[in-house]
Amino acid sequence: MNRIDKKFEELKIKKKPAFIPFITAGDPDIETTESLILAFEKRGADIIELGIPFSDPIADGPVIQASYHRALEKGIKVSQILDMISALRRKTQIPIVGMISYSIVYKLGSKAFVEMALKAGLDGLTIPDLPVEENEEIFEIASKNDVKIVCFVAPTTTSQRMNLITQKTQGFLYYISVVGITGARDTLPDDIVQNINKLKQLTDIPIAVGFGVSTVEQARMVGKVAEGVIVGSAIIKEIEKYEHEPHEKLIENVGNFVGELVLGTKG
Amino acid sequence: MGITTTKTKTFDYERLSETDSFSAKMGHFGRFGGKFVPETIMPALDQLEQAYNEAKNDPAFNAELEYYLREYVGRPSTLYYAERLTKKLAGAKIYFKREDLNHTGAHKINNTIGQILLALRMGKKRIIAETGAGQHGVATATAAAMFGIQCDVYMGEEDMRRQALNVFRMKLLGATVIPVVSGSKTLKDATNEALRDWMGSVKDTHYIIGSVVGPHPYPTMVRDFQLVIGREARKQIVEKENRLPDYLIACVGGGSNSIGLFHPFIADKEVKMIGVEAGGLGNEIGQHASTLTSGKIGVLHGSVSYVLQDDEGQTLPVHSISAGLDYPGVGPEHSYLKDIGRADYVSITDEEAVNAFQECARLEGIIPALEASHAIAYTMKLAPTLDKNKLIIICLSGSGDKDSFEVAKKLGYTI
Repeated sequence: MNRIDKKFEELKIKKKPAFIPFITAGDPDIETTESLILAFEKRGADIIELGIPFSDPIADGPVIQASYHRALEKGIKVSQILDMISALRRKTQIPIVGMISYSIVYKLGSKAFVEMALKAGLDGLTIPDLPVEENEEIFEIASKNDVKIVCFVAPTTTSQRMNLITQKTQGFLYYISVVGITGARDTLPDDIVQNINKLKQLTDIPIAVGFGVSTVEQARMVGKVAEGVIVGSAIIKEIEKYEHEPHEKLIENVGNFVGELVLGTKG
Repeated sequence: MGITTTKTKTFDYERLSETDSFSAKMGHFGRFGGKFVPETIMPALDQLEQAYNEAKNDPAFNAELEYYLREYVGRPSTLYYAERLTKKLAGAKIYFKREDLNHTGAHKINNTIGQILLALRMGKKRIIAETGAGQHGVATATAAAMFGIQCDVYMGEEDMRRQALNVFRMKLLGATVIPVVSGSKTLKDATNEALRDWMGSVKDTHYIIGSVVGPHPYPTMVRDFQLVIGREARKQIVEKENRLPDYLIACVGGGSNSIGLFHPFIADKEVKMIGVEAGGLGNEIGQHASTLTSGKIGVLHGSVSYVLQDDEGQTLPVHSISAGLDYPGVGPEHSYLKDIGRADYVSITDEEAVNAFQECARLEGIIPALEASHAIAYTMKLAPTLDKNKLIIICLSGSGDKDSFEVAKKLGYTI
């Protein structure tokens, strides 16, 4: 059974939402990424969303773009990221979802990339710039390989598209809570509950909410209505803060930050 | 009449695309094009596509567009016989399609007028745009001022430095110019930022893309608004020479002036079409912006096309003296024309372009944009090899007034 499905089944029995931290692979370096994933698991994170750096991300805000840029400046390659995941699989079975631009997937070839991802131990992929209409091929390849393709729904998504997307998504459904780009905001928009309820009428698949969730309080609010809470930019900012500190200090502090978000989410 | 034949033959071209898995819905040109964007803006693209399809079949919309192109832009632009250049090169007869004579000094305004009319039709309250050389930004700010609609233009900091005059013009026209400091601080980064803005503002904002790039329906829609270049040129050359030209030559950055000139001639196999890219300083990575001549197929800014990328799909740095050509992607329809062998693409270096810029000024009393200077430079190589009875039309896509500072610097003048 796919590790993502298994995780959501366990959480369903416990009646707890999943906490899903997002970090960029290779920021500040690949060793730190590996340590952070292990630290997050120890603090109770359920699934890891791992960003594969891209030079021209359009779905991400300035914090994540800067993080991608830092990783690319150091010469990070997809092969290194997959090697890190392979190595990590000897230490942890936490589900890992790769967030990757279609520009990279297209270049490496959908089939070749999905096979490499599965071999490395990735459980799912989100491809934010690949709409459901364009990805027949990758869905087919992924289904054959038991890699989940996680799709997005935005507040701008029409009912017709919601139908299409809820039928396509695998593992879970990624709900973009704020219209626009990723990044920390002070308040969550009111339409979240409304849209999530609408989606729940269409599908039984777990719904995780991301984009704009940044504080413990927001995580708690979202955890009450969705099966998963995704936090990205706020964690990247913590990493940035300790970037020039010793490795252990960075892991400890960012780990603590994630620990608090986990408590908030599960609270 | 030429126009009637164009219509029938354009249809043939589209049927040709259909056999090659053309999907009107997602805007594919063979294996190129598509709609590779975040879900957040998918509904806006659907809305835009629908609104555009309705508008283009609405006689009232077309009449309004024609009115503004005639009365405000000053169309039709002339097809001018470049007699002294022709004599100097002693080969084919050269005509300039004078898009530099348009209001704001470039072809970009054909598209911005069309898209603003569409935005107003959709009830949008704000316009955003990206700009490289600033010509599209100025054309957008101009049309926005004329229609009284708020306008924000994203521009790379590097381009703002190179095109300070256009930055000032946009501000004069009441637009806000937002400096982009991410990445290479040029056109591609301005495009990223504009797309991001749109993801958060899509409800009341229309994004005017300045070239035939980006997700569907932009490559098709922007092309349609630029078809006026080729349609006029076709009619004018038949009036003057009583036949079609042998060559069409235009510069290609994103590729909007070139596709506008080429498209009405696509079905006329005897008309050769040559797109001229920025060869910059040389063939090394980061030294040029020759996407079609040295790039590989990839995805950038929402569509599959030739792209300058590394082997993992990361965008490579590009260079051109011309800010309007300094872009690592190209319109998907050009990629398609290249693949089916209908158009040829070549490149011209910074130095050759600057030389053509000066030659054109001295011989014709026309200071061409650095972008268009690439097309002139290639013509200067080609024309002498051709017979005197051959006809060439160059798209003189814009005026070079905006480039005077950059060229002066390159030539060692201090202004």
